[in-house]
Amino acid sequence: MKSAVIVFPGSNCDRDIAVALEQASGRKPHMAFHKDTDLPDVDVIAVPGGFSYGDYLRCGAMAAHSPIMKLVKERAAKGVRVVGICNGFQIITEAGLLPGALIRNKSLKYVCRTVGLTVESTDSDFTKKYAKGQVIGIPVGHGEGNYVADEETLKRLEGEGLVAFRYAALPGQSAEQANPNGATNNIAGIFNAERNVLGMMPHPERAFDPLHGNTDGRAFFDSLVESLS
Amino acid sequence: MSATSWKEPEVTEALAAEHGIKADEYVRLLEIVGRTPTFTELGIYSVMWSEHCSYKSSRVWLKKFPTKAPWVICGPGENAGVIDIGDNQAAIFKMESHNHPSYIEPFQGAATGVGGILRDVFTMGARPIANLNALRFGEPSHPKTRQLVAGVVSGIGHYGNCVGVPTVGGETNFHKAYNGNCLVNAMTVGIADQDKIFYSKAAGVGNPVVYVGSKTGRDGIHGATMSSAEFTEDSEAKRPTVQVGDPFTEKLLIEACLELMNTDAIQSIQDMGAAGLTSSSVEMAGKGGLGIELHLEKVPQREVGMTPYEIMLSESQERMLIVLKPGHEEEARAIFDKWELDFAVIGHLTDTGHFVLKMHGQTYCDLELAPLFDAAPLYHRPTEPTPEQPALDLDESALWPSDLSLADILAKLVACPDLASKRWIWQQYDSQVGADTRFISGQSDAAVVRVHGTNKALAMSSDVTPRYCFADPVRGGMQAVAESYRNVSAVGALPLAITDNMNFGNPEKPRIMGQFAGCVEGMAEACRVLDYPVVSGNVSLYNETNGEGILPTPTVGGVGLLADGHKAVGLGFKNDGDVILLVGETEGHLGQSLYLREILGLEAGPAPAVDLEAEKRHGTFVRESIQAGLITASHDVSDGGLQVALAEMAMASGKGADLAGLDGWHIAELFGEDQGRYVLTVKPSDVDAVEAKAAEAGVTLTRIGTVGGDSLTAPGGHAISVAALVEANESWLPAYMDGKLG
Repeated sequence: MKSAVIVFPGSNCDRDIAVALEQASGRKPHMAFHKDTDLPDVDVIAVPGGFSYGDYLRCGAMAAHSPIMKLVKERAAKGVRVVGICNGFQIITEAGLLPGALIRNKSLKYVCRTVGLTVESTDSDFTKKYAKGQVIGIPVGHGEGNYVADEETLKRLEGEGLVAFRYAALPGQSAEQANPNGATNNIAGIFNAERNVLGMMPHPERAFDPLHGNTDGRAFFDSLVESLS
Repeated sequence: MSATSWKEPEVTEALAAEHGIKADEYVRLLEIVGRTPTFTELGIYSVMWSEHCSYKSSRVWLKKFPTKAPWVICGPGENAGVIDIGDNQAAIFKMESHNHPSYIEPFQGAATGVGGILRDVFTMGARPIANLNALRFGEPSHPKTRQLVAGVVSGIGHYGNCVGVPTVGGETNFHKAYNGNCLVNAMTVGIADQDKIFYSKAAGVGNPVVYVGSKTGRDGIHGATMSSAEFTEDSEAKRPTVQVGDPFTEKLLIEACLELMNTDAIQSIQDMGAAGLTSSSVEMAGKGGLGIELHLEKVPQREVGMTPYEIMLSESQERMLIVLKPGHEEEARAIFDKWELDFAVIGHLTDTGHFVLKMHGQTYCDLELAPLFDAAPLYHRPTEPTPEQPALDLDESALWPSDLSLADILAKLVACPDLASKRWIWQQYDSQVGADTRFISGQSDAAVVRVHGTNKALAMSSDVTPRYCFADPVRGGMQAVAESYRNVSAVGALPLAITDNMNFGNPEKPRIMGQFAGCVEGMAEACRVLDYPVVSGNVSLYNETNGEGILPTPTVGGVGLLADGHKAVGLGFKNDGDVILLVGETEGHLGQSLYLREILGLEAGPAPAVDLEAEKRHGTFVRESIQAGLITASHDVSDGGLQVALAEMAMASGKGADLAGLDGWHIAELFGEDQGRYVLTVKPSDVDAVEAKAAEAGVTLTRIGTVGGDSLTAPGGHAISVAALVEANESWLPAYMDGKLG
């Protein structure tokens, strides 16, 4: 599996996702800078977390218009797998690769903690190594992760099984505590209609290594490697 | 506005006094300069001679700290301390206060505190891998406290989260002595290769002096002077002296500087912190014994019409000063262009020994540099010792209020502001970015972060018990270092060195200076015995408002090393059936304990004694047992004593314990704060091995119970539900911040 990681000014999870991709696939990802106007042939492109351009405008809004995103959109249209995590989810949503928007957390505060997620769909190259309905623990860290979309979009996402992950209670948590940001329908991650683009707020690269004390994110990377090698 | 020259105000003794220069200091200044200084020169002298920059009250005392060990690469005097962690790698770290600005403008004050300490570390060539914060606020019922907590926490998160450095540890306390002066002490730890460490000593006459980073604005002018005086009612009018932070620019600056450091372009580098361009240029040239000439019109500016005085005194953030090796300007410029940061050659090093500032051809400052750098006033301020606290005289019936059960007492303690869960705070910090975090505060006694790309990990902790320091500065200073040693040992790491952040009141008062001297004496002694030298630090004095000083608060930031981060042990109970062991001896010292304060409303008695030899013996035993894989959980006994330590281990895991071994123990033994103790848990099959090891090491070990169930079964048959303790512990801070509590 060949991969690329996009680096914007202010990205800060670029190294972390590159480490996970390299460990899972055995190949070093190509690191693409925001101003790059070419991109090697890759099987998967990761748009990492962070604060692209400081997120001083709406989160991801500046990055969505950077030169590299033109290439990312072209590749996505050709079927290359694209995953946006956290700020990456905000960026690819701003770029129109996914519907809806990520607004300020209901609490109005940044939140960093491990959340429970139900794997809603295993019918994708990102999730096939999980079991459908499995509850996994993955860390989040964001101030704007509250997923919203209009009624029609939500109906379509739900109807076509395009919700990838949903917030779920971990043992000892109430249903209210499970959702860290107020996201509609507890949505934590969604696919595009073709299922080659995934956006998600939680960080599987932070639950990958035994040192993290939790390796529930490992199957995410293993799914990609199995699908794309 | 395109003015090219300014008519500067005439300098008088009165104007000097407005700059915080006392009458005798002004006489000395005139002697050194040999004439009346210009307005710009006066401004420069005032910041260089401020307490904040010159350490004029504390320097004589700081010399008492041990600063050397075979593993110390660079001790105090540089931007941060440097220690050897093997494999040609170094850990670089420092803690610094941003107290005064945070009280005046909590969000930006705390944010720029984080930004400043990050720069101190990456300016030496290290990539920052962890941030910690020690926060102290006034009593919760004080009208300003809630707003300060909200602003400070939000500011720390805003900055640390964006720059992508995990905030992994720290402490938060509340006490009325901080009502008028909160403390925000920020610590950064970074990693560098030993052959890529950068220092600030300038060299090479003619070498270009380069300014990089953000543009200079009018923010922060006189910040250093503001931080060198007491507060009064109108101090909030000083808000314009607080700088505004831009973490996005800092992130770019980190990447650009580290990229430049991978080339061979840099001769020396320093960040522009307090007193901005003035202190960075004076210190760099001063250390090199050289002169420096700057052309201020070349300084990138955010506002029009800035005067030389304003440019030199601005404390705008995210700026660095670099001396390049000749011929490397274009290579360096290309890197800063890539990261879209300002880059300007603003001057050069000279052999004149003078500090020369020109703007559009006109000279605004021409001072001999050496005295500016090293002839600041040095005070041997009078000290007055803290009187000894009388011993407590309370029997068991006076100690145990008849209307409270043991369960009530414990629930009350774990819900008190100092012990209540700080989840509300740390959930607002990204503690996981970098994907190398093993433990954060609350999961273990010290935060543990892996050294990227290796199996090694650093253990980091911030500690001090100000109420002990107030009751007995020498013991309190000793205890702060000992607790740091204990917390780092409790995760299995070898304690290597500390950074200190000395927060005190007005040093012109002998009682306050006596607290400072006493704390230094105790700390220095502990550092010596524990082989735990001071490698960097910061002093913050004048933490007083309307004559009321804070508790003496010498915060200790400790760093230790684990050869294998996977072996680190947390504090939560691990397995049902594990045997609970107490390391150390219990006498029941209740003086200055949280039990007295929270249950009986007394802040009285002597601080607990510290036996440094026992600390060393116990720490070594705990560390070696963890390294041998014999320990499943480990926690030091500190605030609240043994019963609270056990409750914390239960709450962190949701598991209870049968504490039969405590049958017959008195209140003083259950809640006393005797030092040098740890609680360990061990698999039943390993108990013999651990006990044999303890006997061999001369360490007292007591079996006190077994892990299991969902409550702490206390002596006398009381069962205290772990869920109820968690509820009490978790609910205080969120409810308080929601305005539901006093």
